[in-house]
Amino acid sequence: MSVGSYTERPTAEAGEKDGLSVPWSRPRPKRTGVSARPISALTLLALLAAWTVSAELQLVSPVFLPSPAAVWTKLVVVARDGFVDATLTQHVAASLWRVFAALIAAIGVGVPVGLAIGISKVGRGVFDPLLEFLRPIPPLAYLPLIVIWFGIGEPSKVLVIAIAMLAPVALSTAAGVRGVSRERIDAARSLGATRGQVVRHVVLPSALPSILTGLRIALGAGWSTLVAAELVAATRGLGFMIQSAAQFLVTDVVVMGILVIATIAFALEFVIRRIERALVPWAGRE
Amino acid sequence: MPHLTLDKVTVHYDGQPAPAVERVSLDVGKGDFVVLVGRSGCGKTSLLNVAAGLVEPARGRATIGGRPITAPGPDRAVVFQNDALFPWLTARENVAFTLRLRGVPADRRARRADELLKLVKLDNAGDKRIWELSGGMRQRVGLARALAAEPEFLLLDEPLGALDALTRERMQTTLLDLWTAAQVGVLMVTHGIEEALVLATRIVVLAPGPGHVVRTFETHFGRRYAAGEPIRAIKADPAFAAARADLTDAIFEGEAA
Repeated sequence: MSVGSYTERPTAEAGEKDGLSVPWSRPRPKRTGVSARPISALTLLALLAAWTVSAELQLVSPVFLPSPAAVWTKLVVVARDGFVDATLTQHVAASLWRVFAALIAAIGVGVPVGLAIGISKVGRGVFDPLLEFLRPIPPLAYLPLIVIWFGIGEPSKVLVIAIAMLAPVALSTAAGVRGVSRERIDAARSLGATRGQVVRHVVLPSALPSILTGLRIALGAGWSTLVAAELVAATRGLGFMIQSAAQFLVTDVVVMGILVIATIAFALEFVIRRIERALVPWAGRE
Repeated sequence: MPHLTLDKVTVHYDGQPAPAVERVSLDVGKGDFVVLVGRSGCGKTSLLNVAAGLVEPARGRATIGGRPITAPGPDRAVVFQNDALFPWLTARENVAFTLRLRGVPADRRARRADELLKLVKLDNAGDKRIWELSGGMRQRVGLARALAAEPEFLLLDEPLGALDALTRERMQTTLLDLWTAAQVGVLMVTHGIEEALVLATRIVVLAPGPGHVVRTFETHFGRRYAAGEPIRAIKADPAFAAARADLTDAIFEGEAA
């Protein structure tokens, strides 16, 4: 490259206001035309259309793929009359209760554990191997053991979900704690903060964005575990509903159940993002 | 009158072959503005951290008012280059942080914080969030927060290092104003030669390998500003240019030009 080519950098655009700004850093182009959202909507519509067409043309048997209309009808029917002795609302309520009870338990244990891992070598020594051991085990593998230990009641179901949520909560908390800037801690100490005050007033709030991310991941893990948790001796719940339907090949209820879970998970994700924006508006802007 | 004193301090970090600083002595009295300058790796920040109680010297003694320094404390408030403010708090709450730790009632600490914000010329920024403030404003909040601890000494670790040149110049006079108003001793680390001259009552020039003192200058430009002389006139003084040449020579002494 010749030296002369340096002089060919783009000159300031007509609309550029700031005379001091570097001339070759052009103003960021305005977003024109497409954004991601309508594309996503279109993708969903296309998928729905393909589903409708293939069901309409009977490309596959309704036992394998019921039509969207059938699934919608089923939703209305189950919402009104119920399926396997409980209405849709009751199934949803049972599942939501389990997931949230588990979430609260996971926060109660996971945040202190994550804090211990993040701030003390002893804490890390004790809890890190335990979490690493627990994390990769699929819930279906430890479900029988939980049932042997704690019976087939509600506590077992909540526990199975909570165990799946524990690692993401604890590890995100630990990552957040370890990411607190040295200067911030030193500044607090030089302002007279004791060790306990540093943890409460500096470390925890600094780790909050990371903790909330952990909760989001944990909720995802919780919904994935729900079906496993409701495998044994459940009489209500979305996971139970799907499994019962599958046993009798009521495929439209299976599909409906999947869509209900997806909708709820999507709504929760939205709510948590809102909470994040309200609680940690500084995240990413420091 | 308490003095902040480092006596033949050697700093040697774990796992390092050579000490970062060897046998450096410093004395900061109340009312002094001592500036440490020197090339990278000369141990300026290490010395400041020893004074802060954040780093323990391998040999030598660090004392304040005759008592050994063993831990950080609000008598020596530190301001860092990256403001190290708390983004979950407003500017006012940041300033009041140390008062909250001490259990001062909410209304009294808010009033005190507003006074301090006024002192650093941020009268109306109390309710602002940290990320809404510019770099210079953040450093002002950081200074007010440090002053809220009512320290005897302010330890400034390149507090203006991340600011643009124009903001930096304005902040220098702010620092002098605060130093005069708060009647504290200041120990400051900087890379700026002119900055050192404008601010200091004493400039300590350090050189690396391991960090040691090469020269000490007593200067008076900061006091002249405090006495009312405009900063531009001081900088235009031929004595200022001469002092800058001397200081530059001392910093690059022994290094090929």
